[in-house]
Amino acid sequence: MFKPPGLITFITAGDPNIRATLEFMLALDKYVDVIELGIPFSDPMADGRVIQKANYRALKAKTRVKDVFQTVRNFRKSSDTPVVIMTYYNPVYRMGVERFVGDARESGVDGLIVVDLPLEEAGEYLNTCKKHDMKTIFLAAPNTSNYRLKMIDKASSGFIYLISLYGTTGARDKLSDLAFDLLDRAKKICSKPLAVGFGVSKPEHARELISAGADGVVVGSALVEIIERFGEDAVSEIEEKARELKHAMIRD
Amino acid sequence: MKFGEFGGRYVPEVLIPPLEELEKAYEEVRHDEKFKQELDYYLKNFAGRPTPLYFAKNLTEKVGGARIYLKREDLLHGGAHKINNTIGQALLARYMGKERLIAETGAGQHGVATAIAGALFGMKTEIYMGSEDVERQKTNVFRMNLLGAKVIPVESGSRTLKDAINEALRDWVETFQNTHYLIGSVVGPHPYPTIVRDFQSVIGRETKEQMLKIEGSLPDCIIACVGGGSNAIGIFYPFINDKVRLVGVEAAGKGIESGKHSASINAGEKGVLHGMLSYFLQNEDGQIATTHSIAAGLDYPGVGPEHAYLKESGRVEYTAVTDDQALKAFLELSRTEGILPALESAHALAYAIEISGEMDKDEIVVVNLSGKGDKDLGIVMEGLECSNHPV
Repeated sequence: MFKPPGLITFITAGDPNIRATLEFMLALDKYVDVIELGIPFSDPMADGRVIQKANYRALKAKTRVKDVFQTVRNFRKSSDTPVVIMTYYNPVYRMGVERFVGDARESGVDGLIVVDLPLEEAGEYLNTCKKHDMKTIFLAAPNTSNYRLKMIDKASSGFIYLISLYGTTGARDKLSDLAFDLLDRAKKICSKPLAVGFGVSKPEHARELISAGADGVVVGSALVEIIERFGEDAVSEIEEKARELKHAMIRD
Repeated sequence: MKFGEFGGRYVPEVLIPPLEELEKAYEEVRHDEKFKQELDYYLKNFAGRPTPLYFAKNLTEKVGGARIYLKREDLLHGGAHKINNTIGQALLARYMGKERLIAETGAGQHGVATAIAGALFGMKTEIYMGSEDVERQKTNVFRMNLLGAKVIPVESGSRTLKDAINEALRDWVETFQNTHYLIGSVVGPHPYPTIVRDFQSVIGRETKEQMLKIEGSLPDCIIACVGGGSNAIGIFYPFINDKVRLVGVEAAGKGIESGKHSASINAGEKGVLHGMLSYFLQNEDGQIATTHSIAAGLDYPGVGPEHAYLKESGRVEYTAVTDDQALKAFLELSRTEGILPALESAHALAYAIEISGEMDKDEIVVVNLSGKGDKDLGIVMEGLECSNHPV
């Protein structure tokens, strides 16, 4: 989906409103290799404070799943940059896996991350994604066994999302050792590109991970925090943040 | 692992190993004689089992139909059935070498029962509780504090039970290495619904034995209230293969049509939340609804996956009773039998009173009186002021 070193940025769709989301995407597009869009959910249990609040702001602005797809469609009028949707499983299940994946693909979505859908429950989802040529991205955590890493590698057609720590999403000061241990293990076992996320917020984090062999990094809360502060006017601020991150990743 | 299509393990990858660890440990202890003996010891000498199966003679006469029996879980230490599960899971946590317990609570009953178990077994205990509920249930917060537990108010989402579960899960994702998440109902990812059912099934096993002793036959009908559904599954489960009518009673709140209720089976749709596929109250985008019931213990937008399965298979009937009907039943039992039931249990009672009148005098109805009403006095007082049931 991307050429290393890849910068993947996450924002919650509809935060603070769906019009702003398109503007943010277009701004990020200048520096970013993959745009990850979160579908807001009433119960974001894998997310820390910052992204939780973004979810509630987006729902308060009455963001619907179909609005998120429409935004990707609009984005596609001016960009080919891959777009990945991150969602909890219930919005997918409720719409029906077939319809959700089909509509998303038709809108121009390239890949899906379903946070609370582990391999064991993913049979129908995997078949449907294959049918629609939708890339799948599964997550792996520091406590994921080598055996499961192998399975996750097999099931992921986009990239593998390595979680850097035990915890929820959110910026941290320092990268944990767990991130590097997992990366080392995954590099030996997996054949798909490896992107590291959760707690990755600073240019030096991105640089460290890339030099440790990550193919990409995912930055979310650090951008969402900017949106929380500046609202609709965050365009130039998040563009600058993306520039900094990308710059740190390509510098020797 | 699943109940038909329901249940499962819909969790972030990081929780798979701790759930596998829990499943394995539970498989080990459930067949372990020493574990069983220890659990029985505490249930008997600490919690107060067996609880009486009481023939409600006055209520039976007043209703004038089937013979009504009450399974007196309200007499347990802590005032509700919750302790059957918290003692079991705390022993399991100790077996796994965990030194810290976390739990969610709505009204505070499960929080109190967890705090009791934490104090008993010397484990650090932290309870997540929606900040709305902290405000509404101050005495239970104080009770938990007295028992040595820390109560953490949850400010996210609707600030009620479902958000307390989200927050407990977020804690567990960070702390699973030394912490056991002690879920309070037959909800959550596998193996929780099975573990909690098994620990609560003592209610049904006792009921069966007592019934055969007293009446020489099985009851015709067993009625229990359903929020997440732990007291209901606890009394139903040992009767699943018997010819006994089983009825679960959900909270219809201000009426199903008002939208202010928590009747997930009667009015919800299939969905996935808190690690399980089950019925949930939600909108067409899959956003989970906010719920209402006068009984805080029923105020949850979902239901245990085994209940969803028992509904689909037709083995158990699920009906719903409004706040007003529950209040009326609360008063009725207080007056006729001298027992203040929990508002949750009053839902089951309301339905029992409704159907017993139409049954024959030699038929038998058992109501699971899952908790006592002392915790509800403030709510009842308020409820009576704005309803048609003068004291």
